[in-house]
Amino acid sequence: MENKTQRRKERIDRGIKVRTDGIYALMSIRELSYLAMPRMILIFGMLALPLLLPGMYWERVITITCIYALLALSFDFLAHFVGLVSLGGAFFVGVGGYMAAIMNTTFGMPPWLTVPLAALAGGGVCTLLLLPCLPLRGVYFAIVSLMYPLFVARLIEALNILGGTDGITGIDGFTNRWMEQYFIIGILLLLLFGVRRLVNTDIGLVLRGVKDNDQAIRASGMNVTLYKAMAVYIASAMGCLGGACLAHIYMWSGISQFALDFSILPIAATVIGGGGTLVGPVLGCLILVPISELLREFGTLRIVFYALILVAFIVFRSEGIMVYGRRKYEQFERWTRI
Amino acid sequence: MKSDMKQDAGKEPILRVEKVSKAFGGIQALNGVSFDVHSGEILGIIGPNGSGKTTIVNCITGFIKKTSGRVFFQGRDISDKPPHKIADMGITRTFQIMRPYYSLPAYKNLVIPLFSPRAKRTGGWRGGGRLGDRNTVSIDILEEIGFERDSYVPYKTASTLPTGYLKRLELARCLALKPEIIICDEVFSGLSMSEIASMVPLIERLQMEGITLIMIEHRLRELFRVANRIMVLNFGEKLTEGSSEEVMADERVKEAYFGSQKVEEVMKHA
Repeated sequence: MENKTQRRKERIDRGIKVRTDGIYALMSIRELSYLAMPRMILIFGMLALPLLLPGMYWERVITITCIYALLALSFDFLAHFVGLVSLGGAFFVGVGGYMAAIMNTTFGMPPWLTVPLAALAGGGVCTLLLLPCLPLRGVYFAIVSLMYPLFVARLIEALNILGGTDGITGIDGFTNRWMEQYFIIGILLLLLFGVRRLVNTDIGLVLRGVKDNDQAIRASGMNVTLYKAMAVYIASAMGCLGGACLAHIYMWSGISQFALDFSILPIAATVIGGGGTLVGPVLGCLILVPISELLREFGTLRIVFYALILVAFIVFRSEGIMVYGRRKYEQFERWTRI
Repeated sequence: MKSDMKQDAGKEPILRVEKVSKAFGGIQALNGVSFDVHSGEILGIIGPNGSGKTTIVNCITGFIKKTSGRVFFQGRDISDKPPHKIADMGITRTFQIMRPYYSLPAYKNLVIPLFSPRAKRTGGWRGGGRLGDRNTVSIDILEEIGFERDSYVPYKTASTLPTGYLKRLELARCLALKPEIIICDEVFSGLSMSEIASMVPLIERLQMEGITLIMIEHRLRELFRVANRIMVLNFGEKLTEGSSEEVMADERVKEAYFGSQKVEEVMKHA
């Protein structure tokens, strides 16, 4: 016992990590692959998924996972790089889904047109509706963004508009299942690396400044609300994109797209994957969504298993897989006497 | 330098504060405070704790809404403008409780204000039209303000910097906007004597570059070294205004600071 208190864990960057930080990364295959491997594993792993898991059932799981991953990415971006905790995943999906549905059934646009249009226009609608609570700080944004999906779902139900409880049916699907899967996987990868790049640009720095302290941003002559609105637009457009894809995959759009699963699961995935890493939440979804599918045969008990996994992660690995994994990859640890 | 200021007295003031009042609930934090600031001068604002010094800064820069009164900058009414508009016009401020972006390195702290519309318009620190790489410009500004360029200091995370550097970082954030006026809310407080000694020439240099400064201070000796004019606040009202000698000779100022006792008596107990 006494011995234990006298020791501490020392963490030192691996030599190869330090070398690859500089220009030396270009000088050997080993260093290059050290740098590129994690990215390549993710990219090729995602691209190989439809081939490794064939069949109608897994095809659905993969596409749903990617849609959840988009939502988790948008949650992580807003929460850890702009400082807005959003519970609006369900709202984004719902708005995107209904928009794509209306564009497709009423105006006869094909999926390759409705998906981007629903993302852009849906992002605008979500941002406009969330605009009133943007100047406020604290939990207000979370509360309002949680209220909207509940509100809109009940509105559709009560007024019997947009197909009422039956939803909008007869939406075109994607032309074939390969296209459907690779379309969504491609979009996810593109947005993942895009957002990662965005947060490291100067405008990304401003957004992080909004999170750290918005008063200093104001004192620098920048409109905080404008930047928040910009970030919310990016995040909600990602969510709407997921929703539009969902509508075309199920060839149906209904109230269940406003289900709170779309708000809550991305947060759980962020906890498991590691907040602030952007890749982490995507990995979290890759773990959580299939698990929740596998647990489906246990009926309502799956919520229990699900909750246990979450609690275990929060208690034992609250930093998340990605932060833990990156540390192991970049540093070695040893016990030193002090 | 003080004689130069006399000549400017007849000119239009760069900043005019007219009967500004602010009440927080039943507490009258400011009660009809009026003063002028002339271009290129250093105005010191002093007063005991709770006399409304920081409140007047917040009122001028728009961070809190005035109950009544008007503020004019270069003849234009800025009373009802939001803080970012006022900063965009060229009135910048430091915060008494320093507000760096703690998770970012010092030089990245400056990239943020350099991204603002005003910095884009004014072309960064060195003039020269289009703003170059913001990282380079920010390190230039940091060097001007006393961060050693070739050391690790500009690259250290803001949360690991000592107070002296954080105060400089606050000033640097203002300078990135190429301001007309900098309002310094207690830049000397919390600094060691040697840190203040290196800060004073910096303030003087800013004045020589044509920047108007308003300095809120508790460190009177250092303030009197740099300020051209002193204004004294007490209980939200302007007590007096004048040169440092005039102000310190004023009985009311002594009373505000030390109470109605004789100064000698207080000093005896101190």
